[in-house]
This record gives sequence, C-alpha cells and structure tokens, in this order.
Amino acid sequence: MEWMVWTLPTTVFFSVIAAMLVGMTVWEVVQPTVERKGFLPISTTRGDRLFIGLLSAAYLHLMVVGFTPLSIWWALAGSVLWLLVLIRWG
Amino acid sequence: MNKVYDNKAWLLILPMLALVAFSAIIPLMTVVNYSVQDVFDANTRFFTGTEWFVQMLNDPALQSALLRQFAFSLTVLCIEVPLGIGIALLMPKKGWQASAVLILVTLPLLIPWNVVGSIWQIFTRGDIGLMGWGLRELGYEYNITRSAVDAWGTIIIMDVWHWTPLIALLCYSGLRSIPEAYYQAARIDRASRWAVFRFIQLPKLTNVLVIGVLLRFMHSFMIYAEPFVLTGGGPGSSTTFLSQSLTTMAIGQQDLGPSAAFSLIYFLIILLVSWVFYTAIMNMQKDKEGGA
Repeated sequence: MEWMVWTLPTTVFFSVIAAMLVGMTVWEVVQPTVERKGFLPISTTRGDRLFIGLLSAAYLHLMVVGFTPLSIWWALAGSVLWLLVLIRWG
Repeated sequence: MNKVYDNKAWLLILPMLALVAFSAIIPLMTVVNYSVQDVFDANTRFFTGTEWFVQMLNDPALQSALLRQFAFSLTVLCIEVPLGIGIALLMPKKGWQASAVLILVTLPLLIPWNVVGSIWQIFTRGDIGLMGWGLRELGYEYNITRSAVDAWGTIIIMDVWHWTPLIALLCYSGLRSIPEAYYQAARIDRASRWAVFRFIQLPKLTNVLVIGVLLRFMHSFMIYAEPFVLTGGGPGSSTTFLSQSLTTMAIGQQDLGPSAAFSLIYFLIILLVSWVFYTAIMNMQKDKEGGA
C-alpha cells in the first residue's frame, strides 16, 4: 500500500466513509428507507440525504480552510451536526 | 400498486464495481493522499495538512481560470443545446436523405480532439487559412494570437462545430421515438407547429437533453486539447482553462501536492454541478407526472 502514500488522517477519513456506507446498507436492510419531503426543496431518500450531507461537508471544509482563519475542526463539527440534522429532518 | 423489490440484482454489478475500484476509486483515493502531503520521492514525504488547499483556493490565477471555465461552459451550452435541437428538427426523417444527413452531421464527432485543434489552427491562420485570410481580406484584423476576443470567439465556434452534432444526434433519436399517434392527435386539434414542439416534442426530449446537457457540461468543463493546440492558453492567459492550469502544475512543474488539492476542488465542482442538473431535471419530470 506504500504506493498509495497513506497518512493517518486520510486512512481515518476513508475508513469513516466506508463505515458510513456499510452502516447505511445495514440500516436499509433492517428498515428500508421511505422517500419523503423534509425541509429540503426536493423529496429525498436516506441515501440522497447522506450524499447531500457529504457533498456540502466537503464545500464547508473548503470554505472554512480557504477563506477563514478558523480551525478545520470547526468545519468538521459543523459538518457532523449538519449531516445529522439533514438525515433526521431533511 | 405493490412493487416487490428484490435487491439481490445489485450483486450482479459487483464485477463492474471491482473494475471501477481499480480504474477510478483507488486512483481518486491516492489523489486525496497526495493532496495532504509534500511528496519528493518514494521515501521522502512530509505531511502538510490543509496547506495546499489554502494555497490553491487563494491563487488568483486559478480563480480567474475557474471563472473563465464557467463562462466558457455556459456559453457553449447556451449555443449548442438550442442549435442541436433545431438541427434535429430539420433533419429528414426517412429515405436515403436521412442516412446522408446523419453521416454528414456526425462527421465532426469522429475527429480526435488534437486534430480538431490543428484543423482550426490552420483554418484561422492569416496567411494560408481560409477563415483567417478571408476575414482579413474583408477588412477585419483577425488574429487569435494577439486578440483575446478573437481567440475566445474562435474557441467557442470550434467547440460548437465539434459538439453540436452530439446534441443534434441525441435529439434526433429522441424525436424518432415519439409515436406517430401524438402528431395525429395534434393535427386533429389543429395544434400549431410551436404547440407541437412545446407540448409534444420538447417534453419527450427531456431525457435525452438531460444526458446531452450533462455530457456537454462535463466535456466542456474539462476541455483541454482543443484550446491547447489552437491558442496554447493565450494570448496571455485569456484562454487558459482549468485543465490546462492543472497540467502545467502537475506535469510541467511536478507539484503533485498542490495539483492533487486542485484536482479535488475541480472534481467537487463537477460533481456538484452535475448533481444539481440531474436532480433539477429529474424533479421537473416527476412534477409533470404527478400533475398529469
């Protein structure tokens, strides 16, 4: 795996993403998702909301890191919070 | 209606998933790994965290390349989509004319990117190129190596020439799949030509247009070879698009860390825009079905 030049942060990052996908699969098997309309302007399934959450998290991180003096951990905390809100009420 | 879902069919895509893992997912993960490090060689690398991202996001040259890229993609989409639909509507429907026109329209699509660039490079030369020479004879000081306006105009015309056929072809196939009964009903209702287009043809074209717009957006957003061969990004940096900036950085200067960070930002932009397009158009369709 040396050619992929892993670092600890990227390993953790991808492990968490993989765990999320596995978790979503298990959740789907246990209790299949129902498409519904929350506060988002479109009706979404659980997987849609996860995708929207992850994509907006990526942008949030870029904005915070690139254009504010804030620490990246604030972006992470904000993203996790946003993702939970999105999955629950989105 | 009760639909029975059998998710076992998903297992059939496993071979494809394995293939995509090697062709796309693992390379992308490697790019992520590179983007947080300064890699000198196999044994020497330093963790830099978010430094490259900060640098890339605040680089004025890249910011203006991004704006140029959006301007270019939107311009070609606004020209190519209506023009492609128009051409598809005008194409003959049957007989040998249909085949002949189909082949003529498709020809530009068969030409490789580099060759398209070279063709236009020669075509626009002031001394031997038909267009360059012709415009000069008409009294216009046409020069793509000096005037940014000329360079931009030429690249847009080149892209329209190369890729409008794709939209036309997709729309043509979409139009062919509309059953004759729709047109008969329209004739009975004495629907105008415009009404037929607006309420029969355009709705039936939605699906192919989604694919067309997506493909054209992604293509044009990643355009590289044609402007590179035609103008080399000049005059100055007026036609330097994102992929060319990226290549200069990654291949020219071997700055793997910054270019990895830049690639990820580039990728996220394409992902977002494609997703928004796709969702918007799919929801338009859903509303229509719900309303009807």
